[in-house]
Amino acid sequence: MEFPILSSLIFVPLLGMGVVMLLPKESHKAIRWTSTIISLFPMFVSFWLTWDYFFNFSHSAAMAYVEGPFNWIPSLNIQYYLGVDGISVPMLFLTGLLSTISLIASFGITNRVKEYFAFFLLLEAGMMGVFVALDFFLFYVFWEIMLVPMYFLIGVWGGPRKEYAAIKFFLYTLFGSIFMLVSILILYFTSEPHTLNMMTLIETSPALSHTLQMVCFIFFFIAFAIKVPVWPFHTWLPDAHVEAPTAVSVILAGVLLKMGTYAMLRISWPMFPEALRTLSFWIALLGVIAIIYGALVSMAQKDLKKLVAYSSVSHMGYCMLALAAVSSVTAIAGCMFQMISHGLITGALFLLVGVIYDRAHTREIAAFGGLGAKLPVYSGIMVFFSMAALGLPGMSGFISEFMIFVGAFSALNKVLVGISVLGVVLGAAYMLRMVQRVFLGEFDIARWGGLKDINIRELVTVVPLMLLTLFVGIYPKPLSILLNATLEHLVTLMAR
Amino acid sequence: MDFQLPDYNLRMMLPEIFLFLWSVVVIMFDVITRRKKGDAVGYLTLAGLLICGALLATTGYGRGFGRMFFNEPMALFFKIIFLGAAFMAVGSSFGLMREKIVNHRGEYYGLILMSTLGMMFLASSQELLSLWIGLELTTIPLFILAAFYKDDKLSVEAGIKYFVYGAFSSALLVYGISFLYGLSVTTEIVPMKMNLAAMFIHYGSLGVVPMIAVIIIVAGLGFKISLPPFHQWAPDVYEGSPTPIAAFLSVGSKAAGLVAFAKIMINGLWAFWGAEHAPNDWGYMVGIMACAAMILGNVVAIRQTNIKRMLAYSSIAQAGYIMIGMVAVNEWGLESVSFYIFAYMFANMGAFAVVAVVEDKTGSCQLGTYRGLAQSSPAVSASLAIFLLSLAGIPPLAGFLAKYKVFAAAVSMASYNDAYTWLYWVAGVGLITAVFSLYYYANVIKQMYFSGTVSPYRLKPGVPAATVIAIGLIGVILFGLYPEPILKFVTDIPSAAGVIPR
Repeated sequence: MEFPILSSLIFVPLLGMGVVMLLPKESHKAIRWTSTIISLFPMFVSFWLTWDYFFNFSHSAAMAYVEGPFNWIPSLNIQYYLGVDGISVPMLFLTGLLSTISLIASFGITNRVKEYFAFFLLLEAGMMGVFVALDFFLFYVFWEIMLVPMYFLIGVWGGPRKEYAAIKFFLYTLFGSIFMLVSILILYFTSEPHTLNMMTLIETSPALSHTLQMVCFIFFFIAFAIKVPVWPFHTWLPDAHVEAPTAVSVILAGVLLKMGTYAMLRISWPMFPEALRTLSFWIALLGVIAIIYGALVSMAQKDLKKLVAYSSVSHMGYCMLALAAVSSVTAIAGCMFQMISHGLITGALFLLVGVIYDRAHTREIAAFGGLGAKLPVYSGIMVFFSMAALGLPGMSGFISEFMIFVGAFSALNKVLVGISVLGVVLGAAYMLRMVQRVFLGEFDIARWGGLKDINIRELVTVVPLMLLTLFVGIYPKPLSILLNATLEHLVTLMAR
Repeated sequence: MDFQLPDYNLRMMLPEIFLFLWSVVVIMFDVITRRKKGDAVGYLTLAGLLICGALLATTGYGRGFGRMFFNEPMALFFKIIFLGAAFMAVGSSFGLMREKIVNHRGEYYGLILMSTLGMMFLASSQELLSLWIGLELTTIPLFILAAFYKDDKLSVEAGIKYFVYGAFSSALLVYGISFLYGLSVTTEIVPMKMNLAAMFIHYGSLGVVPMIAVIIIVAGLGFKISLPPFHQWAPDVYEGSPTPIAAFLSVGSKAAGLVAFAKIMINGLWAFWGAEHAPNDWGYMVGIMACAAMILGNVVAIRQTNIKRMLAYSSIAQAGYIMIGMVAVNEWGLESVSFYIFAYMFANMGAFAVVAVVEDKTGSCQLGTYRGLAQSSPAVSASLAIFLLSLAGIPPLAGFLAKYKVFAAAVSMASYNDAYTWLYWVAGVGLITAVFSLYYYANVIKQMYFSGTVSPYRLKPGVPAATVIAIGLIGVILFGLYPEPILKFVTDIPSAAGVIPR
């Protein structure tokens, strides 16, 4: 039997959680290092997976490294079935990388260290599971299991309104999940023979009646849209992001939001092409609203973290716009690019906001000014990522937005796409305003004279993200080769 | 006409006979040792329950007492649940026995055994009167147990309240049974259904009498299962009675009510006039009651500050979920009911065991007592958190699979049978209120984990209580990840219960 690569991505962090729980409560250092070292395993496996997939499997859309389907609960036709293709491999890469980075960024946690790292590893296991599961039940289990550690991570180690933010996040996502559960059950009972295998259901589900397709599609959409979050389901996001500790915000922005768009591409888009075509205008409209609304609200923020949080709403809006352009491989590829680039850039922005918050104990934009002179390295990196976020050419954000606009313009309502381009301008506006007010201008030496520049540990966390942002921005070809076969297959599925 | 003695086949009743004798042994042991050996009585009770379980495993399927007593898969499965619930209730009573009930331990344990005996007898009876007697034997010891703190006003109130409600509901039930007897001239459940069907075919209509009987019986059993509008006793009784008894009420007595419901309503009455009219007999009514239970239980639980009252409302809501499976009378329905109560037993008994441990230490059941508990007693807090998450239906715990099965039963019935499309709405109500339920379960977790302060109480559960909590944890986690053996077992239940496959 071959080594179960995908299972190891899930079970090594889970095992690591067990190991961390056995360590003595007081030895903070041991706990931090053990969990970081454990998380290196899934990270390197996901790197290797990306490498291997790129050279050996990226020419076809077939599932690679398939495990199963093994019978898990035969009386309910539930299987243990894992596999990856071009859209899950980059997500695994992102999850592996950001998990390790977040664990390193969490070294500053001093309160209840053991529980924190244990929950973090459980979270990683859940995230990996979502991106590899090919059985609906399994997918749902991972989708839900992740909420528990997230609830604790926000609720115990969060900011002043942590309890509110934690339960809001939990309830919102659970509310979405029940819609998914209903759809899953409908699909299960209408398929003959009954199955929960996603791959089989993708083949058979377009044969369902139009009404049933619409119902299932809308239910799945609600579940996934809450996770993305698509306007008007976004209200949990600012609360969760602002109250969560830095590393958790990174995971939230970098991985959790992508689960929504990933699940759309994996499940509801290819399964219900007819419903998708009927509703594509409205999906695009929601995307455009999110782009403009997110950008406008960002502009009004006084808190750095909130600004980044709302910019996420805007950036994920591009993904929705791209996903509405179902006939265009370019747009869908743009969506994948945007997911990855947003994971890198926004992840880094949250890390950087955390860096300044650890030192200054405030995130208020108006409190700062002229930091560029005092903290040159930090300011340089922050400006770099702000530029990346506003879509400066040469960085990944530009590539993704460009692809989305090119793809969407030919496939969608031109007025709508035209309006969405305004989002780029607004994006530049809020990012530049923030840079100006925080890093330029007069420096308050009495108040911030003692600030120290970014340290080595923090640099270790952001530099890989910088390099990847540049790499994707300057040489996007490898990524697009990796995605291409899978996306072309998806587009043919959606054209059924 | 010569009278023929029925085939007694007492071997079938071996576990019940043993349990009866053992309850006498327990009471006598306490008296003989002059009420000195508190823990020994408890261990003796636990041993009795284990032996009874072993006897149950050797008995197998079959009939006794003519056709009155029938060991079929459902009876066996529910007997396991009754014994499990009794075991966990007894196990979490040890702390109580040291502090509060020092003088009547034998009676306390003996009555729990008696009540369990009633449940087991009920699960096997195939005849309405013996079923009713089983139900009486279940509840009468519980009246006494609910009022076991003689000097505590709340406990006495609980006892009286439970007695009045319980007696009234039993009276209703027997009244309803008299109608059925009047119509069908038999008290045996299966012949009753055949007689009713024959009469229906002959006359074309049975008039209003069966409807009255159904309403009265549903009301009578509704009290036992705590379905609205017959639920009002539950919070007060749970709050006042000793915590392990509240737990036993919420699992054992509820499961007994469910068995009785399944026997009378599904084996006896469901679709006796043909499957196409089926929801008209009792489906709509119980469906509405289930919705009311889920909405009321889950919404009112949010406002509770006493954890026992909260769990009482949660148990009302859980009864609603179970009834969804009951209303979806197909091959998934009874399976899901059985699996649900099985998973619910571990989670609920476990949660109550933790509540009992906290109460023994702090003397309080207020939610505020749980503040900061995660840091002073991490293992106990983690257990309670897992039990509550299972009750809320978070995967991969057993409670999720139970909910999944119940909703699957509703959706499958609704998608195959046009007369049951309304089950989509029932399932919808269930799913949405499941989200509400998370709020109050998570509220307890919030108290334990999110507070910055460290609780002054360090909980050290004794060996029996720790065993109970461990059993609960193993059940909730194991049957969430690997439920196959239980699911295999419950697949036999619907066919044996005479449910018509779709």
